[in-house]
Amino acid sequence: MSSVTLKKVSKHYRLGSVDVPALSGIDLDIRPQRFTVLSGPSGSGKTTLLNLIGCIDRPDSGELLVAGENVLALGDNALSDFRARHIGFIFQNFNLIPVLNAFENIEYPLRLTGVAPAERKRRVDELLAAVGLADRARNLPGQLSGGQRQRVAIARALATNPALVMADEPTANLDSHTGAAILELMRNLQRERRMSFVFSSHDPNVLAMADDAVFIRDGHITGIEQRTPELAA
Amino acid sequence: MNAFSLALRNLLRNRRRSLTTLLAMIIGASAILLFGGYSRNIDLGLETGFVRGSGHLQLQHRDYFLYGTGNPAAYGIAGYSRIVTELQRDPVLAPMLNVVTPSLSIGGIAGNFNAGVSRTVFGSGVDVAGQNTLYQWNDYGFPGVGKTSPLTGSSADAAVIGTGVARVLQLCAPLQVKNCPAAQTSTQDAAQGTAAPDDIAALSAQEAGQGEPQSATRIELLAANAHGAPNVAGLNVIKAEAMGVKEYDDMAVLLHLEKAQQLIYGKEDPKVTAIVLQLKHTSQMPAARARLAELLTGPLQGFDLEVHDFATLNPQYGQITGMFAAILGFIAILIGGIVLFTVSNTMSMAVVERTVEIGTLRAMGLRRVGIRRLFVCEGLLLGALGAVLGALVALALAWLINHAGLTWLPPGNVEPVPLTVRVWGEPAMIIKTALGLMLVATLSAWWPARRAARLDIVDALRHV
Repeated sequence: MSSVTLKKVSKHYRLGSVDVPALSGIDLDIRPQRFTVLSGPSGSGKTTLLNLIGCIDRPDSGELLVAGENVLALGDNALSDFRARHIGFIFQNFNLIPVLNAFENIEYPLRLTGVAPAERKRRVDELLAAVGLADRARNLPGQLSGGQRQRVAIARALATNPALVMADEPTANLDSHTGAAILELMRNLQRERRMSFVFSSHDPNVLAMADDAVFIRDGHITGIEQRTPELAA
Repeated sequence: MNAFSLALRNLLRNRRRSLTTLLAMIIGASAILLFGGYSRNIDLGLETGFVRGSGHLQLQHRDYFLYGTGNPAAYGIAGYSRIVTELQRDPVLAPMLNVVTPSLSIGGIAGNFNAGVSRTVFGSGVDVAGQNTLYQWNDYGFPGVGKTSPLTGSSADAAVIGTGVARVLQLCAPLQVKNCPAAQTSTQDAAQGTAAPDDIAALSAQEAGQGEPQSATRIELLAANAHGAPNVAGLNVIKAEAMGVKEYDDMAVLLHLEKAQQLIYGKEDPKVTAIVLQLKHTSQMPAARARLAELLTGPLQGFDLEVHDFATLNPQYGQITGMFAAILGFIAILIGGIVLFTVSNTMSMAVVERTVEIGTLRAMGLRRVGIRRLFVCEGLLLGALGAVLGALVALALAWLINHAGLTWLPPGNVEPVPLTVRVWGEPAMIIKTALGLMLVATLSAWWPARRAARLDIVDALRHV
């Protein structure tokens, strides 16, 4: 079963009186537990596609199933709850909450999903250790380097054990060395935790790591590469 | 880390802006509380003054209040001693009573026939002991003790007059009245024009005793007795006292109750025009009034009496307190408006600055209501902090004002009184102000919070 299924999905933006097509008739299956990269030049529609898959935007037409759920049928509250339980986000600018320390940032999604305090602590400690920041738990984002912030953001995205982790150009604001380390970390965590990661990136290093690559141009999918075989049932 | 904890951290994120907003609220809250305390002090000061003067409640003959000033003698309460005794012994009323004392109002003409001048006056015959008890009432703890009646320990024919009366009757010099310039000739002529006729002068002379030396402060009080015939009482003025309100100062004559009764009722059964009841506490008025209503339809039924409270007897009380309440309300609305716009502006700026953060929280699964709660909590927290700090600042400023030795002259007063503001000991006012401020701050935050909650997630994440 696919992690995400899109059927005939279209999305348009209005710029003043002009209707700008962002995505047109997208059909796509994203395989579970894979490292999938949406690749394409700027303005190709990869971020729009990532937003739709991440359930933070709605298509104008078509069908969208995420983790088997018809998310387009969900109301705003139900969709928020769905995101909290099933989707993790890693942003280009890390987007940590500046008034919360590393521990609290990672803990926040667990609070949203009503996880008990003891379990929250156990999970956050485990994630901090997994991203190599066990000694930075009480540091505020402003007291962390870019790479450390992104590690906290990764840990936060994984906190609820989501089915799907969305990452929008996660290494774009990092130097190449740190970016590579972050990519390596994400790849390892994805394998260990058997989650689906969906990246939007035009970084060739990211593309090289992908299990699946989806090529987009001008709002259309121009190619899909499945580089690893189907997982055994 | 709940919504309030997060709200507090967000407020501390931009300390300068939060402090500026907080400062506006502190100034607003303390301004409302200080003026409220000043206004409250005036209300209680007026109440104290009126309750000292005319008691909390008065029993009067029916219609005396509306028509009695024209002919007080016609509205006398016969058998008033029995009523006083009945009230003092009543098991329900007695525990509430501070004093029950009768008084008799008189309309007449006072003349200083040595100088050949006279004027119309309004006299009050009072029981001096009762009057002194009235004067001591101080339920709100105002500084200083109540005065004692100048009639205390005086002879039966002693009287106290207003300084205006003293001026017209040319008694300023013997009574040592200050600010009493000599009248112009034309005025003197006018005053002399009201001199008593010969027959009244003769009656006065007879009352005073022919051939005896006349005191420099002696006056004659001419009044119509209970049957409408003229009668004269010779009075020895022992003091001229400023009465505050000029109209009253120009007409006031205070004398012993027995002397006033002698003048109006002669050897007949004496009457009074009012039975003054002063309670221990103003809060007892409704209960006392209800009990009086029972008594007036029970044991006191035949007396044809009605009850008036001090606010009815002194309409200026309601007028002045109403005016201050209106000013306070206006100030509160004005400050509320300023707080509303200040907090709203602060919250709107916070929403703009934290747009990406809002988008992130929404993407992570925080519902719209969660975003709203976050900003409303910040507004509420600002309001609560502003209210608490504002109350503390108001208490400190009130203490300073109350100990600065400032005085002012309230309307109707003769002597300046200490300028004080009553914030401490007014928990209801503090709580109302605090709740009002918190409500305004919360409402101010609500609109920006709503706007934040309605942000499109993708647009918010894209915000630069």
